[in-house]
Amino acid sequence: MSEPLLRVTGLKKHFSVKGGLLSREVGRVHAVDGVSFAVNRGETLGLVGESGCGKSTAARCVLRLLEPSEGKIVFDGHDVLGLSGGDLRAMRRNMQIVFQDPFASLNPRMTVGAILGEAFTIHELASSASEREDRVASLLVKVGLKAEHMRRYPHEFSGGQRQRIVIARALAVEPKFIVCDEPVSALDVSIQAQVINLLEDLQADLNLTYLFVAHDLSVVEHISDHVAVMYLGRIVELASARDLYRHPRHPYTQALLSAVPVPDPKVKRKRIRLQGDVPSPMNPPRGCHFHTRCPIAEARCRESAPELKQGSDGHFVACHLA
Amino acid sequence: MAPLLEIKGLKTHFATDDGMLQAVDGVDIVLNKGETLCVVGESGCGKTVTAMSILKLIAMPPGRIVEGQIIFEGRDLVPLSSSDLDDIRAKEIGFIFQEPMTSLNPVLSVGEQIAESLRRHEGLSRKDALARTVEMLKLVQIPNAEGRVHDYPHQFSGGMRQRVMIAMALACKPKLVIADEPTTALDVTIQAQILDLLQDMKERFGMAVMLITHAMGVVAETAQRVVVMYAGKVVEEADVDSLFESPRHPYTQGLIRSIPRIDLDSMHKTRLEAIGGTVPMLINPAPGCRFAPRCRHAFGLCSKQEPVLREVAPGHRMACHLGDTRGETR
Ligand SMILES: Nc1ncnc2c1ncn2[C@@H]1O[C@H](COP(=O)(O)OP(=O)(O)OP(=O)(O)O)[C@@H](O)[C@H]1O
Ligand SMILES: Nc1ncnc2c1ncn2[C@@H]1O[C@H](COP(=O)(O)OP(=O)(O)O)[C@@H](O)[C@H]1O
Ligand code: SF4
Ligand code: SF4
Ligand SMILES: [Mg+2]
Ligand SMILES: [Mg+2]
Repeated sequence: MSEPLLRVTGLKKHFSVKGGLLSREVGRVHAVDGVSFAVNRGETLGLVGESGCGKSTAARCVLRLLEPSEGKIVFDGHDVLGLSGGDLRAMRRNMQIVFQDPFASLNPRMTVGAILGEAFTIHELASSASEREDRVASLLVKVGLKAEHMRRYPHEFSGGQRQRIVIARALAVEPKFIVCDEPVSALDVSIQAQVINLLEDLQADLNLTYLFVAHDLSVVEHISDHVAVMYLGRIVELASARDLYRHPRHPYTQALLSAVPVPDPKVKRKRIRLQGDVPSPMNPPRGCHFHTRCPIAEARCRESAPELKQGSDGHFVACHLA
Repeated sequence: MAPLLEIKGLKTHFATDDGMLQAVDGVDIVLNKGETLCVVGESGCGKTVTAMSILKLIAMPPGRIVEGQIIFEGRDLVPLSSSDLDDIRAKEIGFIFQEPMTSLNPVLSVGEQIAESLRRHEGLSRKDALARTVEMLKLVQIPNAEGRVHDYPHQFSGGMRQRVMIAMALACKPKLVIADEPTTALDVTIQAQILDLLQDMKERFGMAVMLITHAMGVVAETAQRVVVMYAGKVVEEADVDSLFESPRHPYTQGLIRSIPRIDLDSMHKTRLEAIGGTVPMLINPAPGCRFAPRCRHAFGLCSKQEPVLREVAPGHRMACHLGDTRGETR
């Protein structure tokens, strides 16, 4: 197998929390606390976990929309954290992002044509106005809209159509890699399916690589080749989607999957009830971050943090007992 | 046995700049004592407006109940004044909303809010009301309930706030609880806790539950009976097993088939069956079936004549012209 398109090693991002009269640092949020993963070319890595576990922060660090505190990111053979200026801009062209909220991420005062055309102008991808218009038209068709939509404004579109526009904008610069941060979470189920199908078709046509962040575990299984499960800033398990969903090894993954409601009243699954809420990332528990809620925790779990170790079958898990 | 709640021909419309918006347009729903009924459909189909109409919690104007009856324990609620409805709210019918902060008062401690309702509706003394409040918070599994009863809503996490809402809605042991997307904003683990809790409370107090959701998985795990709404109308109604085993309406079939499922091995990486298009505008809707522009099975009659709910199997009703033998003779 060739070298992965993206390899992230030991990524950390700490936010300092200020308080008091002098705005002194009163604590640190360990939003991402030592995360490593790789994404192969043309594949999708799903990133799941409960709200606040650090999924979006990790994804944004990869694109350097946030500056990581520590770690190494290699994209297509380049050390991303070593780049600046024109080199960073050139790299960014290859890495795009699609956010959850298609309403917030489109300028309401620009036509769809202007929004998409802007991307061509910034990256000098079209030499004339007519070439730009042709490319905008073909982009719109590619995402299942019509060329004449370029003269309309974002508010004239439904949520699902707006997400198609956002996807078109990401595609404008012909990236190799797209971070999808909850791209379908705000959409109705029927529209969700339309957008997921579109993302899959585009991946097949353009050999795109995705990092797909979502909290809907069913959607992530459907779209991903591999899946990483995060808990309080760390990856606790990473495996092929099939393996992870059929044979979860980490107690947190097992609990998470058992909580997913299944649309078949005949299926009665045994639910593993987790006690309590996710602890604050400002004061994560010592040792294994999960020990405060883990149904099988032992004394050593409170003392030492388990490492993410690879089993013989390529299935990674971070648990003393797995 | 007379049903606990019977909504008959409800029409709730809103006056907008572009014309009359027919949010709920002739809805019939029956809810029996102690039953869990799920109302499902995509956003904008009129689920919330239906639920809010029961106690007139919608803004009037622009909203107006144009037609219909809402019979709760034999009494029509539609003509009642808002002070009469206030008495029924909390005591007889408890409400749980999607966003707990909209119904929790941010400047009162959660204890004050629950106790206030107990004193007003149950006539409890200050001391007894506080004791019952702590008991309710324990029931909904708020750790250290005695200590936390004086905390303010913002001091709780999203999942805990939702549990506080449940405690408040159930404090006066209502006969009916209406929960409008109570877990939509929550993680699956917290969602599972809340749904288990609702089920638990339901068994303990013997109340009926009307659960509004757009998630078919949640429906399958909680409902006894299901009402599917589309564009302001009920399009299908059945017990939960029949609905999932043999969904009859093309919209219901689409809803069930468009979701990825982790319980089916073969689904992995196969294409999802999306429903094309979107929910239509409810201002001056076109004649005929409101689902016709998105329906794969639509035929000539569909854009001319509106299908009405009819029984297709015992206790299973749907509104679609497909297979309607009566239509052919007309
Ligand atoms: N700019 C910031 N300053 C301080 N803390 C932050 C900042 N951004 C994020 N955090 C914190 O970092 C943690 C991880 O946040 P992040 O947004 O990455 O979570 P997430 O997994 O994407 O959650 P969600 O599912 O809710 O989107 C959270 O505790 C969050 O409150
Ligand atoms: N206050 C209001 N004014 C105008 N239209 C409204 C108002 N409240 C709801 N609607 C409209 O009524 C329809 C049904 O809404 P709702 O019951 O909230 O849907 P659901 O709960 O199924 O998502 C929608 O078209 C919505 O825009
Ligand atoms: S290391 Fe210990 S606490 Fe952590 S998941 Fe494994 S058993 Fe549970
Ligand atoms: S009545 Fe016609 S358009 Fe409506 S759901 Fe049935 S087949 Fe489809
Ligand atoms: Mg996020
Ligand atoms: Mg609603």
